[in-house]
Amino acid sequence: MSTNEITGAEIFVRCLMEENVEYIFGYPGGAVIGVYDAMHDMSNIRHILTRHEQGAVHAAEGYAKATGKVGVVIVTSGPGATNTVTGIADAHMDSVPLVVFTGQVATNLIGNDAFQEADIIGITRSITKHNFLVTDVRDLAWTIKAAFYIASTGRPGPVVVDMPKDVMASTASFSYPKEVKLRGYRPFYFGHMGQINKAVEIINSSKKPVLYVGGGVINSNAAKEVYNLAKKLNAPVAMTLMGLGSVPGDDRLSLGMLGMHGTWFSNMAVDQCDCLIAIGARFDDRVTGNPRMFSPNSRKVHIDIDPSQISKNVKVDVPIVGDVRHVLERLTPLVQPLETTQWLAQIDEWKKEHPLRYENGPEIRAQYIIEKIYELTDGQAVVTADVGQNQMWAAQFYGFKNPRSFLTSGGLGTMGFSFPAAIGAAFGVTDRPVFCINGDGGIQMNIQELTTAVGNNLPIKIIVLDNGYLGMVRQWQDLFYKKRYSHVSLGSNPDFAKIADAFGAKGLVTDKTDEVVPILKEALKINDRPVLIDFKTTTEDNVFPMIPSGKTVAQMIDYPKSVEELKMSKSRVEASK
Amino acid sequence: MKKHTISILVENKFGALNRIVGLFSARGYNIDSISVGTSEDDSVARVTIVSKGDDDIIEQIIKQLNKLVDVTKVVDLTYDSFVERELVLVKVSANRNTRPELMQISEIFRSKIIDISPRSITVEATGSEQKVDALIKMLSPFGIKEIARTGRVALKREFEGAV
Ligand SMILES: Cc1ncc(C[n+]2csc(CCOP(=O)(O)OP(=O)(O)O)c2C)c(N)n1
Ligand SMILES: [Mg+2]
Repeated sequence: MSTNEITGAEIFVRCLMEENVEYIFGYPGGAVIGVYDAMHDMSNIRHILTRHEQGAVHAAEGYAKATGKVGVVIVTSGPGATNTVTGIADAHMDSVPLVVFTGQVATNLIGNDAFQEADIIGITRSITKHNFLVTDVRDLAWTIKAAFYIASTGRPGPVVVDMPKDVMASTASFSYPKEVKLRGYRPFYFGHMGQINKAVEIINSSKKPVLYVGGGVINSNAAKEVYNLAKKLNAPVAMTLMGLGSVPGDDRLSLGMLGMHGTWFSNMAVDQCDCLIAIGARFDDRVTGNPRMFSPNSRKVHIDIDPSQISKNVKVDVPIVGDVRHVLERLTPLVQPLETTQWLAQIDEWKKEHPLRYENGPEIRAQYIIEKIYELTDGQAVVTADVGQNQMWAAQFYGFKNPRSFLTSGGLGTMGFSFPAAIGAAFGVTDRPVFCINGDGGIQMNIQELTTAVGNNLPIKIIVLDNGYLGMVRQWQDLFYKKRYSHVSLGSNPDFAKIADAFGAKGLVTDKTDEVVPILKEALKINDRPVLIDFKTTTEDNVFPMIPSGKTVAQMIDYPKSVEELKMSKSRVEASK
Repeated sequence: MKKHTISILVENKFGALNRIVGLFSARGYNIDSISVGTSEDDSVARVTIVSKGDDDIIEQIIKQLNKLVDVTKVVDLTYDSFVERELVLVKVSANRNTRPELMQISEIFRSKIIDISPRSITVEATGSEQKVDALIKMLSPFGIKEIARTGRVALKREFEGAV
């Protein structure tokens, strides 16, 4: 070993420093013990020990979604690596930039069923943007540079770097490449001017335009550009679950969320518009329902960085492949303000006739809780939501005013996401409160991360919407399976507030509507540790509006006031089968 | 469903082929044939895949292929004119009586006899898939013992010629 050579483990740490990594979420083990030894001396990078590798990946996702930076994870081989799989798949579906480092058995043992060996490269091949197995320490720095580059450019996504133990122990001289060139990877940014001009033509002749914006807008930091386009065109904006926050929820031009549980008026507007401008969205089936009947009267423009999303589910008239922000910078100056007075008046009327609504009473309604959190935080909090009814109510009733404020698992729909994601977000964002909206089911997936949150004094507000059910599944059984509640009762739930206390967090509980605001205020005052509030809500509430899976706007159930009305809506849905 | 011939240039790295094949199998698409070898550039392999599928889905697979970091170029040759060849080795039962006829057939197909024993001969032929199929059909009455086909390799034609 010549004097200027250092070990792979030391190179690893130097690379993280070169990438300006602030946090690395991880869990040690035999295959990475040498790397952990090198990490012992890190000064500018904080390692956050989660209590499960899935928690580490979701925390890194939360950090990445809230800040726009790359989330970084390190775990050991075998079970450590396989525990990251759900989080990696989640990041892949939602285009979250992550670099996940996995330990691996020594190269001479790979393929031998060695202790704690798993073929994580094979396992994650279809759920990563790319993955690497490092077989030579001299390739390590280049590989890490490439991993960060691939994860964070183009359509972002997770990259796995598998690091065999012997490679990390052997030595090489260190130099960090300034850039990496990959022949097969040239993310396309600017958008074809000819296509942009065609889009401008369609847009300028529109009388009833709608912007349909998705997570790509958040990823490319283009919320401002989208808002400017909407204001210039006087066009309303419907947002996907991942696109919420692109345009402030309290603006007249905001239609809120569209799709299966979107607002009545956003779905109507998309159905009736003559020009649909899809921006950083992918015509997902939760948005379109029956794709053949989606927005049937419009000419469609589609701006997306990923060519494979173009005309995948719905044929569009003018596709523009490019980064949303770059494309809008050139498109917006070319469009004319549109005369949409009538169109907006029509939409205002719809908003008045079919608002999001619920009936308040002494028993707590989940919607009321979210509404009050919105009021108390002035729409400025970072909110994570899990999966299920709690997620939909958070999306509907918290009027997000900023991008990167709503962090939830959209594509994969991963229960157990919201709490560890809130931990990551709380590291990344320190000037705004972080709320974790969860279900009584979802909190029990990754509840172990209470230790992580307490150990790091994170003042996260954990809101358990405790309806005693796997609520969203129960809702489907109610509406589509004759109310046969098959294995959805959570009757043997623990005392969540006591659990929180036992972990060293603050636990609170209530089942009364008039205690909701005082208890939230109390929680907002606690700033040195997490607070968990167990809100015992009504048990059999359903999320509305709803367009049943694969159906169209014509079958949208708005908000049935009575059982009779609901039955009528259901029979309409049945009849259209 | 149409048969598609897809030509792919890919970094000559381990795992790269797995990624390519995975995109077909993930959609339940069978690969009729696949051939892999180096291209004009050592560090790049050319993969030729023949697969049957809906045009829309093949188009989606091609877009996904283009997204693979290791893949540098993808062309669906189906809509271009292209030259294609396949090589086959066929081991057929043969004896003193059948051997002359077998040699005749082999000659008509401009193939070569590359191995001979008292009870068999092995024929090597190259050509289009149809030609190879036809040869196999002609040989099968004699009793085919073994077949090895390389699968199609193809390149785009330079001259659209004709007209
Ligand atoms: C890991 C995982 N398992 C199962 C599901 C299916 N699923 C979707 S919503 C849901 C119910 C969630 O219940 P809870 O957390 O109590 O939330 P609620 O719907 O009651 O608000 C289930 C089981 C899922 N999305 N993720
Ligand atoms: Mg529940």
